Amino acid sequence: MKYTLRGKLVASAACVFVALSAPALSLAEDTIRFGVAGAHSGDLASYGLPSVNAAKLVIDKVNANGGINGKKVELLVEDDVCKPEVATNTATKLVSDKVDVVLGHICSGATIAAMPIYKDAGVLVMSPSATSDELTYSGNYPNFFRTIAPNAAQSPAMVDFAIDKLGLTKIAIIHDKGDYGKPLAEGAKAHVEKGGKGEVVLFEGITPGAMDYGAIVNKIKQSGAEVVVYGGYHPEASKIVTQMKKRRMDLKFVSDDGVKDDTFIKVAGEAAEGVYAAGPQDNSKNPMALAAKEEHKKAFGSDPGAFFEGAYAATVAMLNAIEKAGSTDLAALTKVLRTEKVATPVGGISFDEKGDAIGVGFSMYVVEKGNYVVAQ
Amino acid sequence: MDYFIELLFSGLTRGSIYALIALGYTMVYGIIGLINFAHGEIYMIGAFTAFIVATVLSIYGFPLLAIVIIAGLAAVVWASSYGYTVEKIAYKPLRHAPRLSPLISAIGMSIFLQNYVLLSQTSDFLPFPALIPDFAFMEPVAHIVGSTDLAILVTTVVVMLILTLLIKFSKLGKAMRATSQDRTMATLVGINVNRVISATFIVGSSLAAIGGLLIASHIGQINFYIGFLAGIKAFTAAVLGGIGSIPGAVLGSLILGLTESFATGYVTSDYEDVFAFTLLVLILIFKPSGLLGKAANQKV
Repeated sequence: MKYTLRGKLVASAACVFVALSAPALSLAEDTIRFGVAGAHSGDLASYGLPSVNAAKLVIDKVNANGGINGKKVELLVEDDVCKPEVATNTATKLVSDKVDVVLGHICSGATIAAMPIYKDAGVLVMSPSATSDELTYSGNYPNFFRTIAPNAAQSPAMVDFAIDKLGLTKIAIIHDKGDYGKPLAEGAKAHVEKGGKGEVVLFEGITPGAMDYGAIVNKIKQSGAEVVVYGGYHPEASKIVTQMKKRRMDLKFVSDDGVKDDTFIKVAGEAAEGVYAAGPQDNSKNPMALAAKEEHKKAFGSDPGAFFEGAYAATVAMLNAIEKAGSTDLAALTKVLRTEKVATPVGGISFDEKGDAIGVGFSMYVVEKGNYVVAQ
Repeated sequence: MDYFIELLFSGLTRGSIYALIALGYTMVYGIIGLINFAHGEIYMIGAFTAFIVATVLSIYGFPLLAIVIIAGLAAVVWASSYGYTVEKIAYKPLRHAPRLSPLISAIGMSIFLQNYVLLSQTSDFLPFPALIPDFAFMEPVAHIVGSTDLAILVTTVVVMLILTLLIKFSKLGKAMRATSQDRTMATLVGINVNRVISATFIVGSSLAAIGGLLIASHIGQINFYIGFLAGIKAFTAAVLGGIGSIPGAVLGSLILGLTESFATGYVTSDYEDVFAFTLLVLILIFKPSGLLGKAANQKV
């Protein structure tokens, strides 16, 4: 009795062992291992899950057509909860599973934490959403690419819009002295000076959370500016536009992604009307974006969430690079990404030296009747 | 010249709000020698009460004047009941404790009230209704001085006058002055010191609530955090003018508001706070008890 039981235990243990190792066995050389990392649970899951869906949609389609260069693509999904300290584990897990490329991560902080691990392993990483300038501008991460424009690209977008579209050349640049607003304002100033078409008549930092901005509003008026370019978040922006309206100042107000928030419209009310803000590029007229949206609706029964188009584009771009390069070697992939233009839901893109997508940028939006709409 | 006047008015507007808050700090300090760090939160609660009442009333279509009066009264009553309760709960049991204990208790109260409003209301910024309309007679000068600036100045002056009369001529005012001079002696001559202290908190809180209502309708937004920075600045103004001195608090507030405004206007707003606090340090070096403060007489 005793011996038979032991025999059964051994047998079932062996079964479990075989069952566990089955996926590992199928991971043999004949598949391309495609990792997806990002926030898939927790309060930021809504940013990460659309990228999993996007990868699934593209990969299912590719596999149905026979895979890439005769190999099937296999999806490996790992959660980083958007936390840098978890992201390093996520990256280590993916690397030890021998991924070939990774779609992710979603949050900038988590991406920066995970990048050294991928870099050492020579794995190509492409994020649909991490906008931190450091990722591409620092030159530390040659294996990093992204399908969203970096924060710093907002400054030229704001300035060019004010000068070329609105035709206003006397510019007051105001910022909130913070990590987000100040670099944007400095970038805007440099861009104005480089372009030579406009003139910075005022460049000032304000104290966020101050009681009111009466004095700085006076100063803007005194400077003779025709347009205010603001780098910062919406609470200060709404105070400034409210006070400008109270003082009957008829200036255009051009701001950034931090102001493109419905709370701004709610708080500033009437004063928000006609305010311009930069936001992620509008892809609603791109036929591939529409098709991708339809695929998502058909497969998951709902509208895709944030960064879905970027994630779809990143998946397409990476698989295209693997196909053209004929291998998953980082140097070969990088070369293809930089030289070959590929059609995606965010437009026809290739990548520059730093890893940013060429052809992906910011669109300008304007508040009209209480809503942000694309500015013409 | 227009520019100078514009800066003057934005400085006076800010200074007036500082003054309304600073009076609460200085009166409480004068009477019980406590720096009531929860005072900024009372100002915030006043603004929130006005926001809630005004929003509800405007749904029912009340005329603007009625909304202003009812919301103002509600803010004053509600904020003073908070001020009164905070004193009873957090400071009165510690009246004979070492000086540091009520100070820590005050900081605790400040954090508690902030988080209480955060949890019971929202962390978001809320649009505050324009309780002060644009006056038609102000339209020709609206590009220099706004209607709300004028309303804030006028209200502050009226409130100051009432406060001065209250302290100079009323029985309560006399009792307050007596208590602030010598609490034990005031008790001996039959003044109900506990009641005087409560009254001081109520008056201070009412002023802060009025300030909260005015500034919120000036800038058109509130959130749970507005009390912190305003409280710190008003406290600075009270120290600048000499803490414990009522005219000192008003003077200190106006100087602080004007310094900030002119520093922004003629130098740079990046260093707005640096100018304000440099001024404070300079004044305290040459006059340690503040502009109008009495030289510290040792109370035993």
